[in-house]
Amino acid sequence: METRGQGDKERGRIHLVSLPPLLRVFLYLIPLTFLALFYFYPLFSIFRLSLAPEGQLALTALRGLVSTPYYVRTLWFTLWQAAFSTLLTLLAALPAAYVFARYQFRGKSLLQALTTIPFILQTMVVAAAFTSLLGHRGWVNKILMAIPSATLRAGLGFDRPPINLVHTLVIILLAHVFYNYTIILRMVGGFWANLNPQLEAAARTLGASPWRAFWEVTLPLLRPALIAASLLVFLFDFTSFGVILILGGPRYATLEVEIYRQAVNLFNLPVAAALSLLQIGCTFGLMVTYTRLQKRITVPLQLRPRQITARRPRTRGERWLVGINVTAMILLLVVPLLSLAERSLSTGQPGYSLAYYRELSVNRQSSIFFVPPLLAVRNSLIFAGATVGLALTLGLISAWLLARQQGRLGRLLDPVFMLPLGTSAVTLGFGYIVALARPPLNLRASPVLVPLAHTLVALPFVVRSLLPVIRGIHPHLREAARVLGASSWRVWWEVDLPIVGRALLVGAVFAFTVSLGEFGATVFVARPQMPTMPVVIYRFLGQPGAINYGQALAMSTLLMIVCAVGFLAIERFRYGEIGEF
Amino acid sequence: MKRTTLFFLILVLLMAASCGPRPTPAPTPTPSGPRTLTVMTHDSFDASEEVIAQFEAETGATVKFLKSGDTGAALNQAILSKGAPLADVFYGVDNTFFSRAIQADIFEPYASPVLADIPSELELDPQHRLSPVDFGDVCLNYDKAWFQEKGRTPPATLDDLTKPEMKGLLVVENPATSSPGLSFLVATVGHFGEDGYRDFWAELRDNDVLVTAGWEDAYWGQFSAASDGDRPIVVSYATSPAAEVYFSEGKYTEPPTGNVLGDGACFRQIEFVGILKGTPNRDLAEKWIDFMLSPTFQEDIPLHMWVFPANPQAELPEVFQFAEVPSKPARVSPEDIDQNRERWIEAWTETVLH
Repeated sequence: METRGQGDKERGRIHLVSLPPLLRVFLYLIPLTFLALFYFYPLFSIFRLSLAPEGQLALTALRGLVSTPYYVRTLWFTLWQAAFSTLLTLLAALPAAYVFARYQFRGKSLLQALTTIPFILQTMVVAAAFTSLLGHRGWVNKILMAIPSATLRAGLGFDRPPINLVHTLVIILLAHVFYNYTIILRMVGGFWANLNPQLEAAARTLGASPWRAFWEVTLPLLRPALIAASLLVFLFDFTSFGVILILGGPRYATLEVEIYRQAVNLFNLPVAAALSLLQIGCTFGLMVTYTRLQKRITVPLQLRPRQITARRPRTRGERWLVGINVTAMILLLVVPLLSLAERSLSTGQPGYSLAYYRELSVNRQSSIFFVPPLLAVRNSLIFAGATVGLALTLGLISAWLLARQQGRLGRLLDPVFMLPLGTSAVTLGFGYIVALARPPLNLRASPVLVPLAHTLVALPFVVRSLLPVIRGIHPHLREAARVLGASSWRVWWEVDLPIVGRALLVGAVFAFTVSLGEFGATVFVARPQMPTMPVVIYRFLGQPGAINYGQALAMSTLLMIVCAVGFLAIERFRYGEIGEF
Repeated sequence: MKRTTLFFLILVLLMAASCGPRPTPAPTPTPSGPRTLTVMTHDSFDASEEVIAQFEAETGATVKFLKSGDTGAALNQAILSKGAPLADVFYGVDNTFFSRAIQADIFEPYASPVLADIPSELELDPQHRLSPVDFGDVCLNYDKAWFQEKGRTPPATLDDLTKPEMKGLLVVENPATSSPGLSFLVATVGHFGEDGYRDFWAELRDNDVLVTAGWEDAYWGQFSAASDGDRPIVVSYATSPAAEVYFSEGKYTEPPTGNVLGDGACFRQIEFVGILKGTPNRDLAEKWIDFMLSPTFQEDIPLHMWVFPANPQAELPEVFQFAEVPSKPARVSPEDIDQNRERWIEAWTETVLH
């Protein structure tokens, strides 16, 4: 407890190394202008149109909304399934985060890249993978029903497919873990990797059990990253759409699903707007609580380079620990991906063929919307590159300012940066249509809107991965630099930036992922003629016929490959100066 | 430090690149110089390069397409951009959304001379704000191999679906989230009437009907003929069996799936095109509508969108011999659909899901 008190005192000194006020205001203006133009303004426009079409608040359409038990039930389901999914994701991914932080083993980077791929996959494609594994006629059922002894089969109830997960809560939760596992693994694992293992070792030397050393030493240090990552997972599950709609089936609805139904299918804008406001309100409330909590848990950290903290597993127990975690990751995350790739290679004839891949570059019907696969890859990469650039730049500025802002302003601003993640995509998409209609912001049908909208979703990731690290930078380091005569700019450049390098990479990976997977409002706006890989996948899924489905799977496999290569390329930066210090 | 500098430089450059050159926004209001016609449409729209090139050669204009989601999402965006239209023309309003489009008052009347060739039963707007382009029937498809293997008879009418031997065989789309789902619900209202459709759906529910959010997850996720799913009957289109042959790379010479064409079992969707109010390119937009209704474009429709051209002069491709046409599709007027859609969906949800 002593260290914590000391930390509080020292953190107060961060103000010593503050910027000239004018420059600080200018820096604030950059991310705030971005949010104002591409988040608040569109949102305000669609809310005004929905709730006050004649300039006056018209709430008649909302009467009865609050009293309808259906919406109360929807809100309740949205909240508890998100909380439960987050808890399950934590339980599944935390041991792996530890293994990734503390041990070196062969194939680690590749495995880490593979576990991030689920994040970008379209729900339709994931549903196909799950069906081929866990469906009525899926592998698991086939294996269980192939038990040789007929009496045993009958006894266990395996004479008919024992696993039937179509449209159940179980498959919703499973899919949420599948999608968000990587957030915990990367954010917590990345932070953990830089924690000084000697602290825990010291506790052990002093007689603490491994469990107690973890509970009383590591966990408190880990808490900022742990809570930040859980928060992101929660928000993703809170606004879950495709998983609920497609895997969960018609009996489950989150607020996001209901907003979509009201806005798109029923065109009932007032109700959609009211539900959006409720959703944003929940996000804001959660964020305010989190910001208060975070203020209390931040401690100055002794961060260490990864080469020092990670080593090869030595004892048999350690090898088992690594082995079990790696096996679990492969079963949960990699096997479904492989089953997709396998299906894209099987054309119904015996053996495998690349027929569907070859077909991708043939414009058999001379369609005007045909896109050669390489062009789709290029388009996706252009948008992803722009998103990474924008999100990192804005995220660095925002996180750095927020870390210095301990007062009321910081408590208010921090939640604001997270709001886009908890905002219905269709609401924002419709907001763009209404708001961005006039020059100079006439972006409704411009390709520029795509990376801008992706950045809104990517920004919270960058800010959340950076903040715990920036806040944890030991004030002594900065003070030492100051005493030696460095300017604030130079302190930032030579002290802060190298230390946050690892967190910056985590942010970059997520920004890249968000854009490749086409998250956010762009799904709901008119698309310019620059089709990306997900757009092409949807085009194939839109018509019957084996070739179309095969090509959708082939394109999905390409998307997975591009994604994995992208991650490995981004991770290469680690070997530069930036990731290590 | 060099690497750091480089990394940062790349960041800044990327940012500059993403903010830098902005493509010229909005169609140019001046009729001189190179002109662009913007067509807003749904994601299922498709056409041949040559056909579009022919229009561009005839008019000297460039055609740009804005795909904007499914029919509902695209139409809603068109309505939201009323006053500052995103495009000159909108294609893809169907008869289930017809009244919403007309009431929103986003289309300008235009009586194309080609309308004389189009059967009058497809025309729903006497003021010609929306002109019919194509039609297709939402029907039940069944997996022929499945029924053959089990030695069972596939359903022929809607009533067959409630028989005990059909238990657990049908997958339908949720009318609240899917266009074919809504069409099938409307078909059942048309066939069984206001008094009978809820009983029919209650029987389907007891017969273990499976409901999915959209066509994709029904067809690619649950339909036994196209996926690992175990449902041999699905709500799809009457042309789907023909598409299965066409997209099989010669594997099938006749469809692996069949249609249930019994009386009132199908619902006819008609798709329309209209000129958006406030377009600065009214003359081009008129030419585009004439072009869409002309045999050149109409003959291009079947293989790209798997629906029937509205203009009977258009010749059908060979594979459309497998695209059956129901003799008696359910008939429900757009006004009826618009007035009752929400009530029907609510009643359906109450009956089937609760």
